[in-house]
Amino acid sequence: MKVVVCLKQVPATTEVKVDPQTNTIIREGVKSIINPLDTYALEEGVRLKERCGGKVTALSMGPPQAEEMLREAISLGADEAVLLCDKAFAGADTWATAYTLAAAIGKLGEYDLVICGRQTLDGDTGQVGPQLAEILGVAFIAYVSKIEEIAEDRLRVRRMIEEGYEVIEAALPAVITVVKEINTPRLPSLRGLARAKGAAIPVWTAGELGLDPKLVGLSGSFTRVIRVFSPQRTSRGEIFQGELEDQVEGLINKLKEAGAI
Amino acid sequence: MEYGLTEEQKTVKSLARKIAEERILPVRAELDEREEFPWAIMQDLASADLFRVFVPEEYEGLGYGCLELCLVVEELSRICSGVAVSYAASALGSFILIDYGSEEQKRKYLPDIASGKKLTAFALSEPTAGSDAAAIKTTAEKVEGGYLLNGTKQFITNGGEAEIYTVIALTDKTRGARGASAFIVEKGTPGFSFGKKERKMGIRASATRELVFRNCLVPEENLIGKPGMGFLMTMRLLDRSRPGIGAQAVGIAQGALEAAVDYAQQRIQFGHPLISQPVVQDMLAQMAIQVEAARALVYAAARTVDSGIRNFTESSAMAKVFASDTAMKVTTDAVQICGGAGYMKDYPVEKMMRDAKITQIYEGANEVLRNAIAVELRKRKARTE
Repeated sequence: MKVVVCLKQVPATTEVKVDPQTNTIIREGVKSIINPLDTYALEEGVRLKERCGGKVTALSMGPPQAEEMLREAISLGADEAVLLCDKAFAGADTWATAYTLAAAIGKLGEYDLVICGRQTLDGDTGQVGPQLAEILGVAFIAYVSKIEEIAEDRLRVRRMIEEGYEVIEAALPAVITVVKEINTPRLPSLRGLARAKGAAIPVWTAGELGLDPKLVGLSGSFTRVIRVFSPQRTSRGEIFQGELEDQVEGLINKLKEAGAI
Repeated sequence: MEYGLTEEQKTVKSLARKIAEERILPVRAELDEREEFPWAIMQDLASADLFRVFVPEEYEGLGYGCLELCLVVEELSRICSGVAVSYAASALGSFILIDYGSEEQKRKYLPDIASGKKLTAFALSEPTAGSDAAAIKTTAEKVEGGYLLNGTKQFITNGGEAEIYTVIALTDKTRGARGASAFIVEKGTPGFSFGKKERKMGIRASATRELVFRNCLVPEENLIGKPGMGFLMTMRLLDRSRPGIGAQAVGIAQGALEAAVDYAQQRIQFGHPLISQPVVQDMLAQMAIQVEAARALVYAAARTVDSGIRNFTESSAMAKVFASDTAMKVTTDAVQICGGAGYMKDYPVEKMMRDAKITQIYEGANEVLRNAIAVELRKRKARTE
């Protein structure tokens, strides 16, 4: 079983702060981590390998510091890792990201299954997984909460839907995205940490992937982020001060003014 | 304090801390309350390779020494020493096999111990033989095809949970301690059963149980080393493992110190945080000094064991005694600082105080160890005269 797990390095926070001047995300002072949902994808890949044999490759497109995250992936059980890093990749939307990842998966050679987290903590789109399957031309199943069976040429999974779950079979190779109900990710192991420390992590550029720079990164993106901003608070509360009678009177006046009473 | 730990040692320590904080902390109060053996955590420790720490590389271990084992035990104990001792007892139950076992025995048992698939236990104490370990009565009678074990072992850590037991029994009753031998006994061997599970003051997540042998036939090949060597092996084993009890005590004391500082910082009395009271500052400073001194002594003793010198009885006894007395003192003071809240089960310090007590008692009561240190002093004096 050859499994590719796609990972993204994200800021370790759910409260993304935006610089009001530049409208960009403030990353200073925020630790980077593996996108939490991707850790479930990695764990599932490693469990599949432990069950059926084979190999797990961790794949990420990102800045040079994402190498640290890929080392962590090796300490958590990935056999190897590849970083896709090139200035040309910067500013990629979900399509350009999926396009680049698909090229790397093609370069890795034969594979049976690609596993992604359901969505990322920062982008939150949940689009890269399905787009990746589209570009690779293979089956896609989202929100997988359990791999029930996996054979050489097909798999059967349970996937979460709004009012329960569905059991779906698909031919391999396939792309799946997983939800956190699927497993409990392990902590690193001492042997894994030692392996991670010494591992060579190849860095592939657009040139090495044979990609036209115009089709990747910002120039290969169909969508563009115009502005990132914290929503303005449009309604404001008012607190009445003073004696209780004054407060009640103030409130009644206000409600009359608003035509509420 | 800088202890000159290698990168590898720092990795071992930080991984043990991570597991303790992420996996043990959320369940420690419940494990303590329910006296429940921490199987899920044992599996976490196994998958993190922590059982490989004390097993030689040839048998799928990492071949680390006493210091690395102490680092793991310290970090686990900082959060829950009941869990830590269940882990450490598996090292204790393996060392005689590691040091004196035959190639076949090691190849048969150690890989499963290293992977954490099987826990081990060491069985010496009996109802009539605690500090006076030479007074054991369990016998191993030579018969056709092996040895017939009869007797009862008491207060055995990991009893019932472990798969592999190192059992000390008399192969020659007439020779006393010199007639003792070490055996590997597997759980499930006919004639080997478990007595009652003890209910304890502290380290309640750990399992402490009686082992009962009634005409239990142990195959010849399960004898470790030569007959009659059991007592010597045991004494050396305990010298080697005692820094681990010291590390357990340091971890408990460290956890209590941190809890006391946290509480003293938050608790407002007379309009100020408790920590602004000179009397509380003095207590905390004394606690911190004691904890650090104990840690330094434990690490030094562990390094002495790892240095390969022949006799480390005195060093390891000193570390165990000092660290365990420190843990008792520091946890008691931590409860005092936390006051009424500290006495309640909602706060962790009362558990730490209960857990600390055993470190002064097991693997050589502190009184017995002080006596052993004094014996070494007298021997040395005699040599120089």
